[in-house]
Amino acid sequence: MTAEKGATRGHAAPSDAPAESGVDRREFLKDLLGTCGAAAPVLWFGAVCVPELAAQGQSGEYDPEDHLYGMGIDVAKCIGCARCVVACKTENDVPEEEHFFNTWIERYVIREDGEVEVDSPNGGIDGFPPIRDDGAVRRTFFVPKLCNHCDAAPCVQVCPVGATFTTQDGVVLVDEEYCIGCRYCIQACPYGARYMHPEKHVAGKCTFCYHRLVEGKVPACVEVCPTQARIFGEVEKRATPLARFMRFNDVQVLKAHLNTRPKTYYANLDGEVR
Amino acid sequence: MFAVAIVGLLVARSLLVPDTFGDIGHYRAAAIDSIAAHEAKYAGHQECSLCHRPIADRRAGSNHRNVTCEVCHGPAAGHVAAPIDVQPDAPRERGFCPLCHSYNPSRPTGFPQIDTVTHNARMPCVGCHDPHAPEPPVPPTSCGACHGQIASQKLVSHHAGLECTTCHEAPQQHRLTPRQVRPTKPVDRSFCGTCHAGDIPDVPQIDLRNHGQSYVCWQCHYPHHPEAR
Repeated sequence: MTAEKGATRGHAAPSDAPAESGVDRREFLKDLLGTCGAAAPVLWFGAVCVPELAAQGQSGEYDPEDHLYGMGIDVAKCIGCARCVVACKTENDVPEEEHFFNTWIERYVIREDGEVEVDSPNGGIDGFPPIRDDGAVRRTFFVPKLCNHCDAAPCVQVCPVGATFTTQDGVVLVDEEYCIGCRYCIQACPYGARYMHPEKHVAGKCTFCYHRLVEGKVPACVEVCPTQARIFGEVEKRATPLARFMRFNDVQVLKAHLNTRPKTYYANLDGEVR
Repeated sequence: MFAVAIVGLLVARSLLVPDTFGDIGHYRAAAIDSIAAHEAKYAGHQECSLCHRPIADRRAGSNHRNVTCEVCHGPAAGHVAAPIDVQPDAPRERGFCPLCHSYNPSRPTGFPQIDTVTHNARMPCVGCHDPHAPEPPVPPTSCGACHGQIASQKLVSHHAGLECTTCHEAPQQHRLTPRQVRPTKPVDRSFCGTCHAGDIPDVPQIDLRNHGQSYVCWQCHYPHHPEAR
């Protein structure tokens, strides 16, 4: 099996599209001006509507352009205790019922005949039932799953209203006030990392605990992981725990063939993990 | 007429598109601020050690040095804000520690695990183990105390009669700091050959010169449960 490092990206990509369409619109309006002669009001509204290209500074000292976040997961260290799942639900007010998870633990059981069984009862919070027919197991291990915060995120691509987006620091977020609840992004995510929030009726997902990042803290799941199976840091800087993780491990990403370019990197990942 | 339609369209667009939409990218820039304003419930381990220095120091040198306070004590941002009024959990019941330390075959080998049924039944864990600096009260006497799966496999195998130390040299220190001091493993074919390439009766014999070419034995045979008759 070849180890594959997820490619990193340039910062410019997300903002290209609106910028180009803005210029096109301006030229279009100028041409229009010559033909019908309704000069003043059109120009005035055009100026109002062309998006401001200069990014407005974020409030406070936190500068998103200084960061590009990613997470490392060492599968060989995960003990399946699901403290991360509990912490995530608490920190982010995720509904406590089953099926709503920003992060969850999957148990893989690979049988002697090559058959693969995956289960995640209540995300792993209540523990895992004993493996059926214990004798025939070849390998078994836990795999923490969460949003991969892809560089080329399919969920961002398909959102019809621009309610889900990639921030300048590389985190995929949902604008809860703007989401129309169409579920298109839930269909598009190849990692099953999104759900429909039962009360808010908007898409829910992992935010890398964005509210903690701007305070300089690590996500709640990383904070509570007792075996340091989760590593958080910067993708493009050298002096950060994630860079060390990527130097000392053979790192893979999930479903690399889809070219989503995830920023959740797995070490010691079994080839059967999807 | 055409101009009026265009103007009407632009007016409608300026009213319907939210204020900060497109400031940074194809989304509402103000959404980032409202997401960032969410209140954190986990304070982070740095906060705890500001007041609880002695416990933090004790933990920092122990086997639980990577287990942050809020793993066991729960979210403590409220306690940091109001230390007297809000008290975090301090789980002492027997059911809590096995969340991590009960035996589960899917857990990585070497992680300390116990069988909750047979391990000092009904006694609270904190009676014998200090959760801030846990050590086994008595170093395990048998290898199977930690390496349960290997021990139970070996027990029903043709190698049941062999001690672990027949093949592994386990320094005494391995029992106290299992990950820092590791036992040895056989490194070459001649080691297995001491039993299997001699003339010991009732033991399967092979000729090391023509059996298995350049492979080492354990690439084909699992020594803790060898299948050959």
